Amino acid sequence: MSSNNITKEPLFSLKNRKLLSDPLGKNNPITIQVLGICSALAVTAKIKPAFVMALSVIAVLAISNVIISLLRNGIPPRIRIIVQLVVIATLVILVDQILKAYVFDVSKQLSVFVGLIITNCIIMGRLEAFAMNNKPWQAFLDGIGNAIGYGWILIVVAFFRELLGSGTIYGYKVIPEAFYDFGYKNNGLMILPPMALIVVGIIIWIQRSRNKELIEEN
Amino acid sequence: MYSNFYIFKYSAIMVIIVAALLSTAAMLLKPAQDRNLEIEKMKSILTSANIEVTTENAIELYKKHITKEIVLNPEGKQIDLYENGKFIDGDKRAFDINLKKQLYRKKNNESFQLPLFVCKKGSETIFIIPLLGKGLWGPVWGNIALKNDFNLVEGVTFGHKAETPGLGAEIDTKDFQKQFIGKKIFNNSGEFTSIKIVKGGIDLLPQDLKIHGVDAISGGTITSNAVADMLNNNLSSYVPYFKKHK
Repeated sequence: MSSNNITKEPLFSLKNRKLLSDPLGKNNPITIQVLGICSALAVTAKIKPAFVMALSVIAVLAISNVIISLLRNGIPPRIRIIVQLVVIATLVILVDQILKAYVFDVSKQLSVFVGLIITNCIIMGRLEAFAMNNKPWQAFLDGIGNAIGYGWILIVVAFFRELLGSGTIYGYKVIPEAFYDFGYKNNGLMILPPMALIVVGIIIWIQRSRNKELIEEN
Repeated sequence: MYSNFYIFKYSAIMVIIVAALLSTAAMLLKPAQDRNLEIEKMKSILTSANIEVTTENAIELYKKHITKEIVLNPEGKQIDLYENGKFIDGDKRAFDINLKKQLYRKKNNESFQLPLFVCKKGSETIFIIPLLGKGLWGPVWGNIALKNDFNLVEGVTFGHKAETPGLGAEIDTKDFQKQFIGKKIFNNSGEFTSIKIVKGGIDLLPQDLKIHGVDAISGGTITSNAVADMLNNNLSSYVPYFKKHK
């Protein structure tokens, strides 16, 4: 990338907008790069945790991308992965402590997610692939874009799993009692992790059949 | 291009900065966090007795409703009593008892202490017992409130550190907890049964056992079992006291 342009680039140039929009579709971290699958399985049984997870990842990815991008010229390449990990872990712990002290109710909802964020490979993937070679503003946009790309898949998967598995959406009952009286049953399989993989698989299938560019040659 | 010395220097400085940052944050935030945990404990105790409580009025309502804090020994004898903000007997508040330590002592057959909270709600007296157990990924805890026959359940609350969201973590929802209301922990012949959590639903149980069971969470079997074990393990210690005061 030629980030050393002499003429100053506008903040939302076409290139910068693509940083934000590509990860939503044709370079989606989950459906195309198949990263972050672990948390996509773990937190998508209900919409609410999926939503909270998406928000937390947006915050952590955007901030850590910017920090690594600011430090990028000083980080010795041989220990760069360790430096990235330290930045992510510090941020996550700090956020967790602050939540516990000032917004305890939110922190209770997040519970295990905060820990899960550290292990999310999308974050390290973006730090390594993008923030190490790009300026802070671009890194910020890239972080936001990828985190939203991750988040919307999470919420779509959670939507179907919660609707079919529990008969609710965001905790509200949507399937009328009358259906159950006629013998309709919630599908217990939808709540279990394997179904998340299958729903992600269906999304990947739909996406690739609509966009032929994405199909691999072999 | 970077010398080994630079790498050592870089990592040393990085570690020192991060350590200083995190320990300062932890120290500064500790009082606020402890306060939140205390309020949370009060909220959980009051909620199990079906008292509506918010973070703001928790301390006030706790003072109003929890009239006695009792510490018992394993034989069910009262050793400390803290009533309306004063010590009547002994010098230990049930609120300050570390349940984890006491359960550990119980496991090792050492002498231990049992906390018990007495709650006045209108003309009713309700007894609240704190619970602690092991879930799938971390501890689970809660409170169970019993009517003054020490048998009928007034209500429960459960919490957890790290159960799976959407599955085991459902134990902290109202839908799961309201199943416990009106259940019994003793059978008709006066034997302690605790409350069973039944995989597949209590419809599978014979009619006379339904009053001692609730539905498990689908997909959360291990957490459900953990809650049942917790109830059995914690409540069984109080049986001598219950029998004495019935």
